[in-house]
Amino acid sequence: MDLENQARVKDAAEKYKPEKLLVILGGAEAEASGLTAETVTNGDPAYAGPLTGVQLGLKVYHIFEPEVKAAIDEQVYEQQIGMMEMVLDKEAIIAEVKGIREKYSKF
Amino acid sequence: MAFAVIKGVAYCLFHAPDLLVTMGTTQRLERLKNPASEYLQQLKANLRSYPEAVSYAPNQVFIGNLWPEELAEMDRPWYNKPVADASPRGRFGDIVSEELLLGLIKFADSFELVCLEKDFQEEIKQKLTATGIFTSADFQDWKEGHTLAEIGHYLETAAAEPLYYQEQLKGCIRRAHDVDEVLNAQVMLENLVAKATGIWALRRLLQNTKTAGTEIDYVIEASEEACGDMNQRGGGNFAKAIGELAGLVNATGADIRSFCSAPAHALLVAAALVKAGIYRQVVVVGGGSVAKLGMNGRDHLKKGLPLLEDVLGAFALLVSADDGRNPVIRTDIVGRHRIGSGATPQAVMEALVVEPLQRAGLKLVDVDRYAPELQNPELTEPAGAGNVPWANYKMIAALAVLRKEIERTELEGFARRHGLPGYAPTQGHIPSGVPFLGFAREGLLEGKYQRVMIIGKGSLFLARLTKLFDGISFLIEPNKAEPGQERPDGGGFRTAMAAALRRVARELQGEEG
Repeated sequence: MDLENQARVKDAAEKYKPEKLLVILGGAEAEASGLTAETVTNGDPAYAGPLTGVQLGLKVYHIFEPEVKAAIDEQVYEQQIGMMEMVLDKEAIIAEVKGIREKYSKF
Repeated sequence: MAFAVIKGVAYCLFHAPDLLVTMGTTQRLERLKNPASEYLQQLKANLRSYPEAVSYAPNQVFIGNLWPEELAEMDRPWYNKPVADASPRGRFGDIVSEELLLGLIKFADSFELVCLEKDFQEEIKQKLTATGIFTSADFQDWKEGHTLAEIGHYLETAAAEPLYYQEQLKGCIRRAHDVDEVLNAQVMLENLVAKATGIWALRRLLQNTKTAGTEIDYVIEASEEACGDMNQRGGGNFAKAIGELAGLVNATGADIRSFCSAPAHALLVAAALVKAGIYRQVVVVGGGSVAKLGMNGRDHLKKGLPLLEDVLGAFALLVSADDGRNPVIRTDIVGRHRIGSGATPQAVMEALVVEPLQRAGLKLVDVDRYAPELQNPELTEPAGAGNVPWANYKMIAALAVLRKEIERTELEGFARRHGLPGYAPTQGHIPSGVPFLGFAREGLLEGKYQRVMIIGKGSLFLARLTKLFDGISFLIEPNKAEPGQERPDGGGFRTAMAAALRRVARELQGEEG
């Protein structure tokens, strides 16, 4: 995960409290989405950024997950996400992010 | 309505493994941060030879020796399946060796910054002349070359950058100013390489189209480099610098920048200038990017691949007034990513593909081939960036599903039928849709295609000035006019109409009078 984005997530967690934060990912494939999910829950697995060793345990979902989809206006979702839902390996991405969330998320 | 036409193309590659090692950004940064790294130690053993680069199937497609559709039939990986009858000369352009490239950089140098070892320089002069792209007159002003001792002295005392061929020191490039960072030896080399490779492509374009340099009115350069000094870092002008060394004495020109979408913007501007009647013949040219050589090298080595990003790309395209024969650029069916379009992939593709077609009363299935970013997937997949053209085709197909033009189950089939395999080197602006113009022109002339869409896309966030995306697209179609035929809205019709109206006016005056 980009080092600047790690810093932004860390700052937001300090300012708003981790339990009040929700991270929504838009990654295009499973492995990269999983790594980002891991970074905001268990800390930076690459040991490079500000979240190294910082276990924020944030709630993290991918935009494709049914819980997120249900919360968004159907027409807006179709307009913004419908195309990529067909193009990307949705099931693999969901499985990866869900697995990380269930393992490391504290909230 | 008469449109501008694509009169001809040139696409060239320049093998540059030594520049990859010394000047590619990935390698430069690694030397700064970690000079003893394993990557740097393994680098040289994993470079490709010139014959290997020539026989690489995607490179053969780039210069026109294979159709992209033929590449799509070849099993991957491609790097370990050399093309049997590969030639460095194709119908669109050449694959040039690094030896000649060093001579070409010297040729492009107007300020005596490039110093070549004297025997090497003499040898290269002959070899460049033998290519047919240059004549001995091109080198008549060259002074004698330098000794290796002189070159060593510049390297030690004048912040020069070395120039190697097959790991042997053959010369150097000196800085152009003692304190100005944008005129240091590294930046000068990057800019001179963009200029030099652009010159070769432009000269080859003139040969391909049997056009004299004197016939060109305007040049637009569309690479990703910036030339200037510390008071105007991107002042320009590559276009005139390139035109000067290709004999375009009657042309003027300027540069257009928009990351990877610049060539598509430049083509539209060229088509507009021609259609407006301001110029008759406009060249769009773009040279190669030294910084991107070996950009994903670390990932390539990790996956057991050779350093496949070892070529610089260059293109030159000739846009001219309607000749009644060549395919037309439909400047009335242009897609653009508007500032307010939004940045989701769906918003981008809707703006670039759906909106212009819909406006023209066309469907997505009506376009035979889409040419978006055509990066070679063998270079991008190992680095985690996926197969870029394939992702684009799936997005276009998904839009066709959403628009109920095809069934969901036909998504991949549509992507295959209307798509192309990626075959361009990862040189930023080089893969941006325009590599296909040569095949598109021939396919439209032969009736193989009826409609081709060129799509340029650019990542503007890299300059940290805006988070906006960029993209522009246009259609190319066969020229419907018979040679010599007068078009309904052409000059002949207008003259006839004017004469008729004058006659009517005279008659009316007569009646009244």
